[in-house]
Amino acid sequence: MAQRTVSVTSEVGLHARPAATFVQTAAKAPYDVTVAKAGGSPVSAKSILSVLALDVRQGESIVISAEGDGAEELLDELAQIASAS
Amino acid sequence: MTTGDESAVRSLTGTVLAGTVLAGTGVSPGAGYGPAHVLAGEIPEPDKESRHDGDAAAERARAERAVEEVAADLEARGDRAGGEAQEVLGAQALMARDPSLAIEVGELIERGVAAPRAVFDAFGKYRDLLAAAGGYLAERVTDLDDIRDRVIAVLTGLPMPGVPASAAEPFVLIAKDLAPADTALLSKDVVAAFVTEQGGPTSHTAILARSMGVPAVVGCAGATAIAPGTPVLVDGASGQVLLTPDPARVTEARAAEEARRAVLTAATGPGATADGHPVPLLANIGGPRDLESALANGAEGVGLYRTEFLFLDRETAPSGSEQEEAYRAVFEAFPEGRVVVRTLDSGADKPLAFLPPPEEEPNPALGERGLRMFRRYPEIMTAQLGALARAAAGVSAKVQVMAPMVATAEEAEWFAEACRTAGLAGAGIMIEVPSAALRAADLIRAVDFFSIGTNDLTQYALAADRQVSAVAGLQDPWHPAVLDLIATAASAASAAGKGCGVCGEAAADPVLACVLVGMGVTSLSMGSPALPWVRAALSRHTLAQCRAAAAAARSVASAQAAKAAARAELPGLDALAL
Repeated sequence: MAQRTVSVTSEVGLHARPAATFVQTAAKAPYDVTVAKAGGSPVSAKSILSVLALDVRQGESIVISAEGDGAEELLDELAQIASAS
Repeated sequence: MTTGDESAVRSLTGTVLAGTVLAGTGVSPGAGYGPAHVLAGEIPEPDKESRHDGDAAAERARAERAVEEVAADLEARGDRAGGEAQEVLGAQALMARDPSLAIEVGELIERGVAAPRAVFDAFGKYRDLLAAAGGYLAERVTDLDDIRDRVIAVLTGLPMPGVPASAAEPFVLIAKDLAPADTALLSKDVVAAFVTEQGGPTSHTAILARSMGVPAVVGCAGATAIAPGTPVLVDGASGQVLLTPDPARVTEARAAEEARRAVLTAATGPGATADGHPVPLLANIGGPRDLESALANGAEGVGLYRTEFLFLDRETAPSGSEQEEAYRAVFEAFPEGRVVVRTLDSGADKPLAFLPPPEEEPNPALGERGLRMFRRYPEIMTAQLGALARAAAGVSAKVQVMAPMVATAEEAEWFAEACRTAGLAGAGIMIEVPSAALRAADLIRAVDFFSIGTNDLTQYALAADRQVSAVAGLQDPWHPAVLDLIATAASAASAAGKGCGVCGEAAADPVLACVLVGMGVTSLSMGSPALPWVRAALSRHTLAQCRAAAAAARSVASAQAAKAAARAELPGLDALAL
């Protein structure tokens, strides 16, 4: 399973526009993609409500995981969204 | 047009009530006719025990279709609206299509729960999660509730909450009351008239209707019981709402409307009394998008530019250059005229995300609002005044700036000094607080002009909250106490050789406008569609007649008597059917 740990740098955290872009990107994958706060339980990265409810603020770390074809590339893309300011 | 049984109104006993007349307060003159669109109230919570008939697969499909219908509609409305609204509605569509939500709904339906209740419970789980997080996330709860209610409305056949942004023919919008969010997308092409059960002459509905030039009746008891689709004829002057009217009545009302319009268009040019006393007629605007209507109605300038629309519904303050651009667009529209800009008027009643009030205010009308917010956040004032000064440089319009909610001479001096420092030539204040009107002679020394905000002045003089419909009867600028305060402010300005305008809703009342001029008010600013009415009323009376009307209005003891006494001195109103 592929995994990335990223620090969220956006001023609004993983909320609002970054959250929407993040979820829309994850939704393209035909397999499960999860996201968790460091040390927390994972939720579906395709669910905007679950991602919002994680309440990830600026400076916090998240762990993104996926398994399947192109998972590495997808995780790179998601990591980039989460770490863009 | 729907006709026959469908359009008939039924009472509780099932009797057809065609021809019924409901009465309210007319707050925006004119006749409007169209089918009733009754704005739905809250969607009731679906019964906890409700079960489907056993075909879980069919029930799931039904729920999925309803969710997709709502999501597609939100997306389509966002595409039409564009800008910020598109982002908000797009985010809502994304929430509606949330796969985890769909799984929850599906599991509940598999256990036998009926689709509406399954939707209610599935949303409820996320609602609690977001609400518990607080802050930004708690605000999304409203968005989530809106989606949930829309899906339940589709599933149960209840009327959809919210106002449709388009219609085959203009409808009469009927509601308990309207919030700004309900009306963001409305236009004259969609709404023939407004009828609300609550609200008074200064309610949001009344102000919106006048600014759109759409007839409106407020305080109309029983209006929301009108069956959707019923043809309704609304008289925005008399306050009558006629259900399923005789076609002859509709023709008659339309003819009368045209005759009045003809009288209106006969008066043109700058505002003046019949004997040539000039009274500049200016427009109240919320931004560049209101300019077209202002110019079309012959505004000589802008008497109130409400800048808060630049600041509302966003998480950070607009940049200096964004402000500068919006201000310059307005200044350039009136190369020969005057543009009076009101600095940011926010507070607990008009909260801004980036200027949080320091604490919960039990009485926002008396709290930290208007200029008082600038004392807490002076950097916001400096940025706004700076942007105004830059926009004013190099334009030929006469730019003046005024502060809202000034109570003391010390505040007036503080603001005037800030304007001078920013390099702005004309600094004024609004007269909205009775203390400022009573001591106008002290305040006028610090500034170049006054502009009277009659809505708030009335609210404070009569201690009647504008948001509380139970005291709407007191919220009447015709009250002699309000007239006395206006007269005091106008004479103080006149004694100092300075101007005193009125930019509240009172200026949009053609009869009251004559009285204001009679009390020494030097300019009138109003929602643009009222300009032709006020221009016509002034042009039919001399300054002496206006003064006599003012004296008569102030010699009696009630708002009603004041209006009657003033009318008796203003014979030219008859031709306007006012």
